[in-house]
Amino acid sequence: MSARPLRIVGQPAPRVDALEKVTGRARYVTDLTVPGMVHARVLRSPYAHARVRRVDLTRARARPGVVAALAGADLTWCDPYYGPAYRDRPVLAIDVARFEGEPVAAIAAVDEATAEEALELIDVDYEPLAAVLTLEEALAPGAPLVHVGQPAAGHFADLSTLKPQPGTNICHQFQFARGETASALSAADVVVEDAYRFPPVQHVALEPHAVVAAWDETGALTLWASTQNPYSVRVELAKMFDVPLARIRVVVPHLGGGFGSKTYAKLEPLAATLAHAAGRPVRLAASVPEAFQTVRRCAARVAVRVGFRRDGTLLAVECDADYDVGAYADIGPRVVQKGTYTATGPYRVPHVKLASRAVYTNTTPGGAFRGFGVPQLAWALESLFDVAADRLDRDPVDLRRQNFLAHGEEFAPGDTPIDGKLEESLGRAAEAIGWSQRAAADRGRGVAAMLKASVAPSVSEAIVRLHADGSVTVLASAVEMGQGTRTVLAQITAEVLSVPLARVSVVQPDTAVTPYDQTTSSSRSTAMTGRAVQVAAEDVRDQLLAIVAQAWSVDARELTLADGAVVSGGRRLAYSETLALRFGMSGGELIGRGVIAPGRTAAPLGGSTPFWEMAVGAAEVSVDEETGAVRVERYVSVADVGRAINPLLLEGQDEGGVVQGLGHTLLEEMLYADGHLLNGTLLVYRVPRADDTPSEIVCRFVENADGSGPFGAKGAGEGSLIPVSPAVANALARLTGVRLRDLPLSPERVWRALRARSPQT
Amino acid sequence: MTGAPVTIHVVVNGRERVLEIAPHALLLDVVRDLLDLKGAKRSCDTQVCGACTMLVDGLAVSACTYLAIEADGRSVLTVEGLADGDSLHPLQQAFVDIGAVQCGFCTSGMLLTARAMLTENQKPTRDDVLHYLRGSLCRCTGYRKIVEAILAAADGAR
Repeated sequence: MSARPLRIVGQPAPRVDALEKVTGRARYVTDLTVPGMVHARVLRSPYAHARVRRVDLTRARARPGVVAALAGADLTWCDPYYGPAYRDRPVLAIDVARFEGEPVAAIAAVDEATAEEALELIDVDYEPLAAVLTLEEALAPGAPLVHVGQPAAGHFADLSTLKPQPGTNICHQFQFARGETASALSAADVVVEDAYRFPPVQHVALEPHAVVAAWDETGALTLWASTQNPYSVRVELAKMFDVPLARIRVVVPHLGGGFGSKTYAKLEPLAATLAHAAGRPVRLAASVPEAFQTVRRCAARVAVRVGFRRDGTLLAVECDADYDVGAYADIGPRVVQKGTYTATGPYRVPHVKLASRAVYTNTTPGGAFRGFGVPQLAWALESLFDVAADRLDRDPVDLRRQNFLAHGEEFAPGDTPIDGKLEESLGRAAEAIGWSQRAAADRGRGVAAMLKASVAPSVSEAIVRLHADGSVTVLASAVEMGQGTRTVLAQITAEVLSVPLARVSVVQPDTAVTPYDQTTSSSRSTAMTGRAVQVAAEDVRDQLLAIVAQAWSVDARELTLADGAVVSGGRRLAYSETLALRFGMSGGELIGRGVIAPGRTAAPLGGSTPFWEMAVGAAEVSVDEETGAVRVERYVSVADVGRAINPLLLEGQDEGGVVQGLGHTLLEEMLYADGHLLNGTLLVYRVPRADDTPSEIVCRFVENADGSGPFGAKGAGEGSLIPVSPAVANALARLTGVRLRDLPLSPERVWRALRARSPQT
Repeated sequence: MTGAPVTIHVVVNGRERVLEIAPHALLLDVVRDLLDLKGAKRSCDTQVCGACTMLVDGLAVSACTYLAIEADGRSVLTVEGLADGDSLHPLQQAFVDIGAVQCGFCTSGMLLTARAMLTENQKPTRDDVLHYLRGSLCRCTGYRKIVEAILAAADGAR
């Protein structure tokens, strides 16, 4: 079948859910009411680390309106532990509370106010224990241990190689090496090295985590959950409650943002447990401060050495990274592993020695957050690249270009070859920022690049149904959290089946209805779920062609689809007529199936990335020398996406990524003192506002249709965030000569650094 | 925390309502739970994020910290009342066309904040819009398309 010009894919179509969202009709978990529903509130540990000697629920249970009250000791009827990497996390603290804000007891009551009041009637006897709040404290000899003993492995095959170090706070170590790094570094003409820090930051999805859980009279469990991974939640609950997967249903309405914070089970185990105790549906809706106590980005300290030949050839990278995964591992070990794997960035590096550790501390669990371990390391490597450019007296753009991996080049043995053109992204970013022209005297410019692997192996399945009137239903479990996946899946289907976008409905994820999808994360939905949907739609197409080929006694290869009909030459049969022909009546439907399951490979992490995410950022900054305030005046992001299925939505997503990146670059950091989080509310934790953004943000795309996804697409959405910090810091360094190693680049840090540079002022 | 119920008379989206509420009830809860208008969202609870924004007598308020009793005798506009029947308000249409909507959780607040601004300033500059949005957070869009949509709607209404 010859390729025909694309009609819908590539168009900047408005999102399919735009109307319901601008009219206030879009439903999120907290907008749902289930008959008989009661409301939950959670009592949380006031200590970073404490023995929980006794929880007395007597007075709380006696309060009128309280339907259920639970503490860890009550969870004897199920396996109370969960977690994707390690099953190290109890639903409610059992004997020990390991971070400030850990759930210790929970109440379900007729309304939230009653539940909240009942929390005050719970008596807990705590014995405070010594806590470790930082990587330094956690890694010190003889440090108090966050966990004693070895927790059980979670449900990921690719984490079967977890390497905890018993007797320490190290819950996983990852090493990757090739070549002779030590001798390469000693032979290098120029070696740059330094240590960088990345702060703990929170996602601040405007919708905090929420779930409604209900057990029915047959013992089946249904949840309406704000989750990016309904299928991961399902498997966690099935293990906890020893219930078949088929009897757990996870329904996902609209999400009010995710950014990784809603990957893997969060509040769902607690809501399900409470609903079981209450014998009624339970609604558990977190507040924003509780979201700060649920998950955050893994903070990191990163020491990197990079060796170059005098001619600028990159010879060796040695990287030691410690990631703070907080009190429970969540998906932290995989964050560490995936991040470290691409610590060398998008460069050709013959000699590599990477080592990283995931470290428990008595703080909010660290998990997935847009970029998944890569921003922490790109911050270090891309900063050092500019340091090296200075030492080599080279232009930072040229030095990067010289060392980029080429299209088709191997990144690591057994993994997918590089599937994009980094030099094209860099060239376009440099041109858009005006790199070849001199910046104004009070402006500095900087660039940075990134490379990220997607989760592998991973599985997506989809079903496409063509109805008797020619309209189409898409069943897939990619979660709509703002990124626009429902629109993209509809566009792919409409393209393959040659119907208008308005004729395609995409069903919200529901594990009882929509087929398996591993996760909505890792920038994978367009490439993986989208490809499954494309295959399913092509299955329907092939069935249509076969029906008509038989009816007309022609070869199916002579037929094509156009405007909702099967056509050949001048002949035309509408889908409704084709189905009537097939079923002998006005009813029935064609069902197409798509399965994308690349399987395990010999690649270092056990699966080959389905695509490489690649992007370049360029920043132009100014600084107020009196206050140290850095302002990003202009920012350019260029991402190599293969093909933009919907350039309007993609542009919006990348603009959002840039501004979210500016958050941890300039503003955001979760601050701890004396065991307490000081700024876990939006009053004091500053995320970027509209007036914090650059006056010019330009997001562009390289489209060579060289991806493995539908129509040559690759994943996107994380790439724009990752280069932001180093691009801004590189711009600041070129403007002021000041090189900062700790994020955020707060006014105080910048001011102090400027003062240190010129003590006379 | 209880008190004798009080009766308030309030016009919500053009419709007169007589509501029996607790004296400490918040406008956000009354509108969402009693009137089942779910477009306004609860997020920060502290007047920072703007997701709960409604207009009371045309002025933008954070319904998460506004006592419903204060709305007695006043007129409340929520996002559900922004369109004129099936015809979207120009702000809504601009948000759709320009791609100013992503997850949608901030959208109703953004729309009502912009509506309040356009009432007092029909010809806003970009800086006017940025200033007015200081109480409205969005974590998805990076704001550029929201600002552009508000300016486009203002331009179209001129």
